[in-house]
Amino acid sequence: MSTQTPGAAPETTRIHNIGYRDYDGRRLGRAYVRRSLYVQSLRGAYGLGRSAKSKVLPMILLGLMVLPAVIVVAVAVATKATKLPLEYTAYALMLQPVIGLYLASQAPQSVSRDLRFKTVPLYFSRPLERVDYVLAKYGAMASALLIVTALPLVILYAGALLAEMDFADQTAGVAQALVSVALMSVLFAGIGLVLAALTPRRGFGVAAIIGTLTISSVAVTIVQAIAWETDSTDVIKWFGLFSPSTLIDGVQTAFLGATSGFPAEAGPDAGVGVLYLLVVLALIAGSYGILMRRYRKAGL
Amino acid sequence: MYNPTVARLTYRAVLGRRRAAILFILPALLLAISVAVRSFNGVDDQIAANVLGGFAIAAMVPLIGVIAGTGSIAPEIDDGSIVYLLSKPVKRSSIIFTKLIVAIAVTMVFSAVPTLIAGYILNGNGQQIAIAYTVAALVASIAYSALFLLLGTVSRNAVVIGLIYALGWEAFFGTLVPGARTLSVQQWALALAEDIGGEGLIGSDVGLPVAVVLLSVVTVAATWYAGQKLRVLKLAGEE
Repeated sequence: MSTQTPGAAPETTRIHNIGYRDYDGRRLGRAYVRRSLYVQSLRGAYGLGRSAKSKVLPMILLGLMVLPAVIVVAVAVATKATKLPLEYTAYALMLQPVIGLYLASQAPQSVSRDLRFKTVPLYFSRPLERVDYVLAKYGAMASALLIVTALPLVILYAGALLAEMDFADQTAGVAQALVSVALMSVLFAGIGLVLAALTPRRGFGVAAIIGTLTISSVAVTIVQAIAWETDSTDVIKWFGLFSPSTLIDGVQTAFLGATSGFPAEAGPDAGVGVLYLLVVLALIAGSYGILMRRYRKAGL
Repeated sequence: MYNPTVARLTYRAVLGRRRAAILFILPALLLAISVAVRSFNGVDDQIAANVLGGFAIAAMVPLIGVIAGTGSIAPEIDDGSIVYLLSKPVKRSSIIFTKLIVAIAVTMVFSAVPTLIAGYILNGNGQQIAIAYTVAALVASIAYSALFLLLGTVSRNAVVIGLIYALGWEAFFGTLVPGARTLSVQQWALALAEDIGGEGLIGSDVGLPVAVVLLSVVTVAATWYAGQKLRVLKLAGEE
């Protein structure tokens, strides 16, 4: 009771200094957080650091990407072929359904769950800016896709050298294809992350991504085939602007010495190719912009 | 068996907010392509059959089936809110049955109706093509919904597995290995279309009686097994 008495001997109370100390060591800062988030997201895209169950799908898809390359190399070495049976640049486009599935399965796990469990505000309670979060996630997804698309090319290249094919030819071919898949990875990662970030539900994100990629490319292919059957070959290249995979096809046909997969090989020439490249760059910049907008109020 | 409340909740889950958008895109695209083809080419029965068979039946119906079939149950299992439904005195099998009805209805509305309209745009139902493909879409809707609903209760990666089946097995593998085609919902549905449509325009690798039997067996078995899975459903933690 006596302690509650107002005005009773205030000079006897004092706060003891019991020795709490400030942290005055080195702070790791934004760059460190960004790097950690990047590494964690990249590992997560292959299920590393997650449960065994979530490793299954990305690893199967990675295996599916690599397997044809291994078979091609084995055949080429066994038959002592003088050139690979397919172009480096054709490989990723040939296997784009697998790439699409990989993106659709991993992009939502990278961003949707942060949104659904409202962990995004926790990220931003760290010395991490919006741009860091977006860049780390975008970079990680693009890198994960680059691994998926570039690994088979490296295997093909190694196999080609083992089979003693022409060094200069093969190096030029693989370099062009690597540039192309790098562009493809950044483009696809942007599209995938934007669609995934729109919904906190993983399943809808998966469906939206695969739907966008597949439907646009199927639709473009059908329209191109019809244009070809009706002998309007010169409009084929304009339709190619409307789906991500045909955009990449167009860019690598125009600038990277690839043979176009369009009907009648009516790919764009350098002039229209510039337009293709501009559209690709605009899509990449657009995805980045939308992601930045999306996280302005995320989860708060 | 049919529970109106469960049905209402499921309709809201599948069609609510932005989710319906993805269901609208595909039919809109089909109609756009049909209009474009018609104005480019005029009426041509073979091209009409190609567009409807190649895009509507091969790509649109399975995709909508995946979205509606898995979408009617998988998200609820995914985020654990299914427990509130399971804790109510509603039989698990009637939950599955209701969700199946909803999935079928959504798939039919978003796939068969646009197929019919596209068929009329393409060639005004010449040689019964529009009707034939619409019937195929209706039948495929039932089987796909049952299959993908089952997938939704079995796996957390239901959408991806469903897509691998729809696009990988039916579209890609089927073109390489002819035997794979006899085991595909698409071909069973086409068997019905073949019977209705004009001579030689629609082809299926399966005979009509076999197709009907397989379709009903798959639908019933998938629904029954989904009910069983839901009875013993374990809610695993997040990953």
